[in-house]
Amino acid sequence: MSYGGSSTGETYALVAEFASAEELLVAAEKVSQEGYREVDAYTPFPVHGLSDALRFHDVKVPWFIICGGLCGGFFGFTLQWYTATIDYPLNVGGKPFNSLPSFFPVTFECTILFSALTALISMFALNGLPKPYHSIFNTPGFERASKDRFFLAIEKSDAKYDPEATRVFLASLSPLAVSEVEE
Amino acid sequence: MPLTPLNDRMITGEQSYATIDQSISSMITDQKRHTRPWFIMFLIGIMGTGLLGCTITWLVYQGVGVWGNNVPTAWAFDIVNFVWWIGIGHAGTLISAILLLLRQPWRNSINRFSEAMTIFAVMCAGMFPLLHTGRPWVAIYWLFPYPNIMALWPQFRSPLMWDVFAVSTYFTVSLLFWFLGLVPDFATLRDQSKNKFAKVLLAIVCLGWRGSNRHWHRYEQAYLILAGLSTPLVLSVHSIVSFDFASSIVPGWNVTVFPPYFVAGAVFAGFAMVLTFAIPIRKIYKLEHLITARHIDWMAKITLATGLIVAYGYTLELFYAWYSGNPHEWDMTFYRRITGPYSWAYWSLIVCNVVAPQAFWFPWCRRNLTVVMIVCQFVSVGMWLERFVIIPMSLTANYLPSANRMYYPTVWDFAMFGGTIGFFIMLMFLFIRFMPVINIFEVKDLLYKMLGNKDAQIGEAPVELPEPALGRSV
Repeated sequence: MSYGGSSTGETYALVAEFASAEELLVAAEKVSQEGYREVDAYTPFPVHGLSDALRFHDVKVPWFIICGGLCGGFFGFTLQWYTATIDYPLNVGGKPFNSLPSFFPVTFECTILFSALTALISMFALNGLPKPYHSIFNTPGFERASKDRFFLAIEKSDAKYDPEATRVFLASLSPLAVSEVEE
Repeated sequence: MPLTPLNDRMITGEQSYATIDQSISSMITDQKRHTRPWFIMFLIGIMGTGLLGCTITWLVYQGVGVWGNNVPTAWAFDIVNFVWWIGIGHAGTLISAILLLLRQPWRNSINRFSEAMTIFAVMCAGMFPLLHTGRPWVAIYWLFPYPNIMALWPQFRSPLMWDVFAVSTYFTVSLLFWFLGLVPDFATLRDQSKNKFAKVLLAIVCLGWRGSNRHWHRYEQAYLILAGLSTPLVLSVHSIVSFDFASSIVPGWNVTVFPPYFVAGAVFAGFAMVLTFAIPIRKIYKLEHLITARHIDWMAKITLATGLIVAYGYTLELFYAWYSGNPHEWDMTFYRRITGPYSWAYWSLIVCNVVAPQAFWFPWCRRNLTVVMIVCQFVSVGMWLERFVIIPMSLTANYLPSANRMYYPTVWDFAMFGGTIGFFIMLMFLFIRFMPVINIFEVKDLLYKMLGNKDAQIGEAPVELPEPALGRSV
């Protein structure tokens, strides 16, 4: 698949193609054991256990979400407290200006709204999306990565990367194909 | 209609990742799959939308006087329809969020179009209170807190304000949840589309998704947390809607059981609507292998369970009317609802919501699609009647008998309700035609799980899936 990106002739990664998630998981584990770290897998659906196999641990998104939620709750409550007690105090049936129990629903809704927005934005931002072009798209047959094929890429930036040795190693994992992908 | 065997599976037939892909994505890439039924439904939808446009124009031109609302019945069809539509949406969130948290992977094949239903139903719902304000163009400062030149702020002690926040948050979060799930599917469609224009368009909306493990890792974190956030949200939305009534002192409204009973009623009506769309769509588009008889069976069971909660709610309403010792509550419940001028509505609602769903106790009823469809129509009508009985009917009799008036809707009340149904149908059928109706990657994930995480065998050829694959026997 080509998205019209200009090829620079520089190698981006060596990419192995597998027919099933099962084989990919085995291969990913071996790649990690071999000491490769700049590795990524491309799958049509989230394969559980793959992050562990690739030694990828990341909990930034949940932290962003809790911060977003706290901001939302603070915003929701302050908005009501400020408008009801300071800027526009109105006596309604003798209720106190700061009617705390009445302010709960809006505070709650704002918490949820801000958390949800943070979830979406932080997820896409940390993933570097939107990004219409990426070197991995130059892989032959990569259009099947969203269908029924599983790809494993060892990037050139990896400290252990060696054009020949890495290729031989990948071929030993019994993939369908190994290809060198350009930037 | 032939009965399917009891122990059927969540995906039937010989399948591989590619065949699943094909049966869903071809609904977009091969537009010839949309034949006469699509056009007929779309025509109905577009005619309804036209009717809605005419009604709104006339309403805005003339004012809310064209409706049957009048003192003492200031809240009538508009609020009934608002609550009914919001309720319909709740099934979508229940399926996509709560069933995800409960680890029910069978929801993977039905969540996408239920979520679409949620969004479209909330769109229909939102129109009613907005137009009910009479002057929707100035409603912005009644509804939303923004620093304005009149130095006014909305009244946050009112449940109506809570409603604004609940419904708008619900709409936004449902939309985000839906979009999040659509991104990887758009990427799949991008890679399969042959049409250059479609490819570019899909490449834009999928944001360059490439299915990297790092993407999926964060995607799943975000998706799971969104599900966790949507769960209390959906429960709060209909609870807050019910506060509009429960926190007042109107006889027939002032009932503390309203929040849970409204939520159960919402899910009840919503599942009926999901089934109403799922059954014909799986037939027309030959998706019976993805939305199987087992899905329908389970959805019917949830309809039955929520129907029983609703029936319990009706019983409690009667009980409270007696136990509260309030003569006005007693009058409203026993002399207006059960035996009064609107007793036809009350008893129809009991037949539709309490009697009809009992059919779902019987396995053959849950497996006979005609029966399921009929019961679902009863439920939809019944839930509408329930809101009618609660909302305008309670207002027709107040504390002073001299103020009592009957409520009669006008043709415009019916036109706007019919119009929103048309609008909903139009949006649903546009969605079916141009977006993946079933979540492609989640069904692949379901297939992978059904194979016990051993998918090496389907790399070559499609395989027949093992007998009772996931979950327990029925």
